Amino acid sequence: MSHVFLYALVGVGLFTLGLYALIVHPHLLRKILAINVMGSGVFLVLVALAARTGGAVPDPVPHAMVITGIVVAISATALALALMLRVQTETGQARLPEERIE
Amino acid sequence: MTPMSMIENSRQQTPFRLLLIVLLSALATGLGYVVLSLPLEDPGLSEQVTAKLVHSGVSNPVTAVLLNFRGYDTLLETGVLLLALVGVWSLGGIPQQRSSTRPGPVLDTLSRQLVPLLILVAGYLLWVGAYAPGGAFQAGAVLAAAGVLLLLAGWLPGARFSGLPLRIALVTGLGIFVAVGMVLILLGRRLLEYPPSFAGSLILLIEAAASLSIGITLAALFLGGRPEVESRR
Repeated sequence: MSHVFLYALVGVGLFTLGLYALIVHPHLLRKILAINVMGSGVFLVLVALAARTGGAVPDPVPHAMVITGIVVAISATALALALMLRVQTETGQARLPEERIE
Repeated sequence: MTPMSMIENSRQQTPFRLLLIVLLSALATGLGYVVLSLPLEDPGLSEQVTAKLVHSGVSNPVTAVLLNFRGYDTLLETGVLLLALVGVWSLGGIPQQRSSTRPGPVLDTLSRQLVPLLILVAGYLLWVGAYAPGGAFQAGAVLAAAGVLLLLAGWLPGARFSGLPLRIALVTGLGIFVAVGMVLILLGRRLLEYPPSFAGSLILLIEAAASLSIGITLAALFLGGRPEVESRR
């Protein structure tokens, strides 16, 4: 069952990469994408760990939670993109106030 | 900021980046350690789900968890989708640049051919969700894809439909979900505690309404703003 942990570790890696990109990139679109990569990592960990049933049907509860999570992530992304477009039209830059180029 | 000072700025950031990489590596190592220290076999809640599956009205365990055992989550989740749309709509109308582009003949023809097929696939996914992978969210996502394809091909909902009809379609899923829950409370059961003999039909009813609303909500989110409503005379 070691491939379960391989997938889970890939999920941890995705989460960390997303967190790095979230901190480093000033552009808001990149930040939104980074949050999505982090979310994908969390979903991968959940789905992978659900398969630790010893050959039986995987645990359906984390699977249902991941479906719920995907929908919430999509809603949050859509709202974030709309907010980003609003920031862009108001200030001319899709960046947070402290990272604006003067 | 001049280009020179930008280079200086990025040079100043190098130690910060190195520190960040070190910290994040520590975080990844810690998280990896936690994952690896979990037991190799852990059935979780799968045994309880399998034991109660016959009472859920469906034979696909994921659908049973989503719509029956943890129907509460799914109810609130449709609410989150609606709230996100309210948030996007509160920011204003549809961004302007969308209306100026005209689709090529290929996209135009392809979208007309694909949309009926996508609606058929959505119906299939909705039906198959009772006993195989599929269900309301998958069907809703396919419906949303059909909507996005139509929007990309330059189609916009007429002002006649973007008022009350659109809003009714958006809240149908959550409305029917809440209505079923309230009726069950009035019948002396708990919220979303379906009677086993009706569970299958109730789940299908909720899922049908939810996938329609999810599809339209996602397509409306793609629109990026509140569509124009026909002015009242």
